[in-house]
Amino acid sequence: MTEHELRVSKIENGTVIDHVTGGQSLNVLSILGIDGTEGSVLSIAMNVPSGRLGRKDILKIEDRELSQEEVDVLSLIAPEATINIVRDFEVIEKSRVERPSHVRGILSCPNHSCITSSGEPVTPKFDVLPTGVRCAYCGTILRENLAEHLAKPS
Amino acid sequence: MDRRHLITTGELSRAEIEAILARATEIDEGADADISDFLLGLLFFEPSTRTRLSFEAAAKRLGGDVVDLGAVEASSVEKGETLADSVRVLEGYCDAMVLRHPREGAARMATEFVNIPLINGGDGAGHHPSQTLLDLYTIQKHHGLDGLTIGILGDLKYGRTVHSLATALTKFDADQHFISPESLRLPRDIRFDLHEGGATVREHTSMEAILPLLDVLYVTRIQRERFPDENEYRSVAGQYRIDEAVLADASDDLIILHPLPRVDEIDPAIDETDRAKYFEQSHNGVPVRMALLELLMEGSR
Repeated sequence: MTEHELRVSKIENGTVIDHVTGGQSLNVLSILGIDGTEGSVLSIAMNVPSGRLGRKDILKIEDRELSQEEVDVLSLIAPEATINIVRDFEVIEKSRVERPSHVRGILSCPNHSCITSSGEPVTPKFDVLPTGVRCAYCGTILRENLAEHLAKPS
Repeated sequence: MDRRHLITTGELSRAEIEAILARATEIDEGADADISDFLLGLLFFEPSTRTRLSFEAAAKRLGGDVVDLGAVEASSVEKGETLADSVRVLEGYCDAMVLRHPREGAARMATEFVNIPLINGGDGAGHHPSQTLLDLYTIQKHHGLDGLTIGILGDLKYGRTVHSLATALTKFDADQHFISPESLRLPRDIRFDLHEGGATVREHTSMEAILPLLDVLYVTRIQRERFPDENEYRSVAGQYRIDEAVLADASDDLIILHPLPRVDEIDPAIDETDRAKYFEQSHNGVPVRMALLELLMEGSR
């Protein structure tokens, strides 16, 4: 990305999520529970050419600093993502996402006969494996296309 | 030993399994086993004969009794009550409960809502750990659990007794062979657990080559409803039928187990041979479940 483009899009305060797997930024927003109705300024660039990833997405969320816990779940669909916390136009903190040990309420179990898909008062929970995730209830392992199993917002 | 619930065999250590089997042996040999004022809740959302009756017999032989939800269609479940509510209600009526449910993960979820010991009596195509304990008890009696070569045959995809047994055997020095049609192979999560447990997963579509190696052949039923059409079912089921001709190359010491009920996967002529241990296996359900209930109640009292 050129210096010119960066200058145009610099934000004053907030979070920049860079190196998101190309095409996944809307899923990232969905995981973070951001749908635009909160009123904060949101910029999304999708499928930007990237040396490392081929194509990447970039999200800039103004006036909101994401916690490590919030961003770690992104590692499931955007393992290369980098998080930049910006204050007064300066990046004050830069970090990579880390795989959490488990995630709750983010994904739904792909097994239609899992107890979590039957109207019981439980939140789907997954243990995170080195590759993929595993339903903490029925044990089903999910490795591919995690984004297709994002839980629908209730 | 302080164990609260029994949901899968993966959570049992080798020492725990050995302790339960040792206690079951003592009980079988006439040792005193008594839990006074003990009520076991039976919550079966799927038909069951052996599991339900042997838990009932075990509770009564321990000096306790059972409260039974009865047939699901006659209960509040038909009115749309959640499982989470059903287990919380039953918890107030008993000291421990056995839950069978058609959905995978049901027992695991139920433990989040109750404080009394809960035994998974079968959750869909998931697990059935108390069956495994009586399978292991039977195998141990005739062969021992180490240095064992076992063939597990039939519906390995949906067979919960298979999932629990294979997982438990990773804690012993056992060579496991899995024989099934391609469409009924072990599911990915069970293969994952077996690898994690250090087992080599050897899968076969026919038993010919490995039959002579086996000490134990564990046969399970291939269900009609797993196949799109009757012809395909008949052809597959026929391939895995056990009769004297099939067993011609087997070792003289090979024993045959089956969690029952069987339909026609084992020729009744086999019943009269020394190989057939499935009725004995079924009878072993009582002392093994007595030992299990005793252990869980010790932990909770």
